[in-house]
Amino acid sequence: MNIITLANLSVGEKGIIKDIPFDSVPLKLLEMGCLPGKEVELLQVAPLRDPLYIRVNGSHLAIRRDMAELIEITKSKNLCEKLKS
Amino acid sequence: MRETEVIKVALVGNPNTGKSSLFNQLTGLNQKVSNYPGITVEKKSGTAKLNDKVTASIIDLPGTYSINPTSLDENIVLEAFLNESNDYPDVVVVVADVENLKRNLFLFTQIKDLEIPAILVINMVDQMKRKGISLDIAKLKQELKSEVLLISARKNLGLAELRTAILNYKKVNTTTIANIANRIDAEFFKKVKSSFKEMSLYKAWLLITQQHNFPNIDPALKKRIDKFRDKPDRLKKMQNKETILRYQYINDILKKTYSFDAENATGLRSKLDKILTHKIFGYIIFASILLLIFQSIFDWTQVPMDFIDSSFAKLSAFAKNQLPPGVFTDLIAEGLIPGIGGIAIFIPQIAILFLLISILEETGYMSRVVFLMDKIMRRFGMSGKSVIPLISGTACAIPAVMAARNISGWKERLVTILVTPFTTCSARLPVYAIIIALVIPNDRILGIFSLQGFTLMALYLLGFGAAMASGFLLNKTLKVRGKSFFVIEMPNYQLPSIKNVVYTVVEKTKAFVFGAGKIILAISIVLWMLASNGPESFKKATETIQKENVNLTEKQLNQQIASYKLENSYIGIAGKAIEPAIKPLGYDWKIGIALISSFAAREVFISTLATIYSVEDESNTTTIKERMAAEINQDTGKQRFDLPVGMSLLIFYAFAMQCMSTLAIVKRETNSWKWPILQLFGMTALAYLASLLTFTLLN
Repeated sequence: MNIITLANLSVGEKGIIKDIPFDSVPLKLLEMGCLPGKEVELLQVAPLRDPLYIRVNGSHLAIRRDMAELIEITKSKNLCEKLKS
Repeated sequence: MRETEVIKVALVGNPNTGKSSLFNQLTGLNQKVSNYPGITVEKKSGTAKLNDKVTASIIDLPGTYSINPTSLDENIVLEAFLNESNDYPDVVVVVADVENLKRNLFLFTQIKDLEIPAILVINMVDQMKRKGISLDIAKLKQELKSEVLLISARKNLGLAELRTAILNYKKVNTTTIANIANRIDAEFFKKVKSSFKEMSLYKAWLLITQQHNFPNIDPALKKRIDKFRDKPDRLKKMQNKETILRYQYINDILKKTYSFDAENATGLRSKLDKILTHKIFGYIIFASILLLIFQSIFDWTQVPMDFIDSSFAKLSAFAKNQLPPGVFTDLIAEGLIPGIGGIAIFIPQIAILFLLISILEETGYMSRVVFLMDKIMRRFGMSGKSVIPLISGTACAIPAVMAARNISGWKERLVTILVTPFTTCSARLPVYAIIIALVIPNDRILGIFSLQGFTLMALYLLGFGAAMASGFLLNKTLKVRGKSFFVIEMPNYQLPSIKNVVYTVVEKTKAFVFGAGKIILAISIVLWMLASNGPESFKKATETIQKENVNLTEKQLNQQIASYKLENSYIGIAGKAIEPAIKPLGYDWKIGIALISSFAAREVFISTLATIYSVEDESNTTTIKERMAAEINQDTGKQRFDLPVGMSLLIFYAFAMQCMSTLAIVKRETNSWKWPILQLFGMTALAYLASLLTFTLLN
């Protein structure tokens, strides 16, 4: 199965951070509150699809797509899908 | 005089927490800006009276998210806490913003672990209700084992309590709180503790992980540190773990003490974000704001600038008429007063530029611009954050080059530093303004746009274009390694605080006037001296002219003598020497003199021409513009400053690297002579070729 990353979210979708490769991301990302187990929402994508504007752990951050592609998540089902199932 | 006690206070906090507002409220106008020794980061400090006997000396440290620095600015914060110098604070005030308390507490727990008296100040509490935030302050105090205060710096709430808390700093509990060390690796930290008994455990940990930031460390201490640095990978893992554990600890506390309604807090923000970062409207809004900036620089400053120009011309004439004639009077009337005028004329433009830029930063809009522009800027070897230096560069390249410190990747930062001097700084503006006024007709296109304003805007675009194009080239050719990363906070929108904006404008304008002003004034005086002195032929000017022209009236004779004198003065000789090189660009030796002096600082161009023409012009009552318009080209008998010459000069000034201060700053920021030398020769060669082309095509 394909790994879903933060970069796969569409605007308005939420997910839970499953794994962050600590060796490849700067400490600053963690210090700004982007941590495994936290809910993350993609708020907006910049006009040329990059960077991404996210809300995670109470912080509003902008990160580049290449970094977002490293952050593995599990998608949260949105309300419509929940109602269907 | 009564002895007063001074408490040293350090102000720290995340960016956008209102730390500057608090600083301004506490110190009022009792603040000064100096540089940290050896580096050019601005150090803001001020004093506040706490009561009759005690004053606080407050340092406003740069905003940071963590004590682990990722930029040079943030490094200052780390150093402030690790160097036990005279500046070592007695008490630290950590400013937090009520909306982002979680992330702000991260920094607070780090400071707290340094076992230094720390007061947590939660700012913007006046907005709590509107944002649906509730906070159990008593419980928070208890959990954090710390003094916690609620304030609103803007509304001036809670500041009396803060002053009292600072007075009582000795009573502040300094125990560590999160007990992180044992949970990361108890074994490891036990060894650290026994090896660094003289300092707090967390300080020892910071020394171990941040050693590369302290080149001048004591060798004995370095040896002890190195013992713990054999496995850098392991250290990084421990730092990650520290971060996770700190957030766990903070989450646990906030669960018990803090709640907020996300919908309430982010409604307006998300609406504004949708518009301001929209793929079409976002760029339209940004372009309009840029246009507004240019429009205001040119239009709104015209009246005060003309006023300053004519006032100094009158003052100079007044001095000449009132003071007894002699060398000293000449120095004042022809050297000093026009020199000061050359500085004063910048004040309106600089002030308006800094006003607009600081409003953009204060409202939080600048971060949206960074977000909007990042992908585009990356194609040109830069980062979204490079937009701030490039916009600030329209005021002055010096603070702009320093603003590039926020860019975390070395290559992106280097490219930004190298291309920033292409942006049209305010020193170019007076040159542009006067030449445009001389050679471009004051017509309107389609009845709305002024042709002169349009030319100015084209020159701005040319500057940006040159910056982007050279960024693109540098990106392709520079072989510089260095990882870049991009994690920025998108702060919430807020109305700008008038007080903060006014303070910034006053402070930056003052810094410019006194910093750059000194150079301009010194050069003006040196120029005047070089123009009023010369070798043998200069001294015999009167005799020579009288001998050659017997039939002239006294007035004509005086004019002839003056221009002969200028030609044979030291500066005239220098100008003549470079005339062959600049003749293809359409310039004569007088413009040559102005060009030479411009290499110290380009704004000197106007004051140099002013000095040259006022040495020639005995009446001394006309403005610079009138004198330039009256100047005749000896070869053609027409106006000296006609369209081809004017355009060629405009192009030359758009590209040439003519600012010693910028070169000095680039040397300091890049720590190498290579880059400023590349700028000096690369940009000037481009300027020469482009002007040559312009003049040839138009002539």
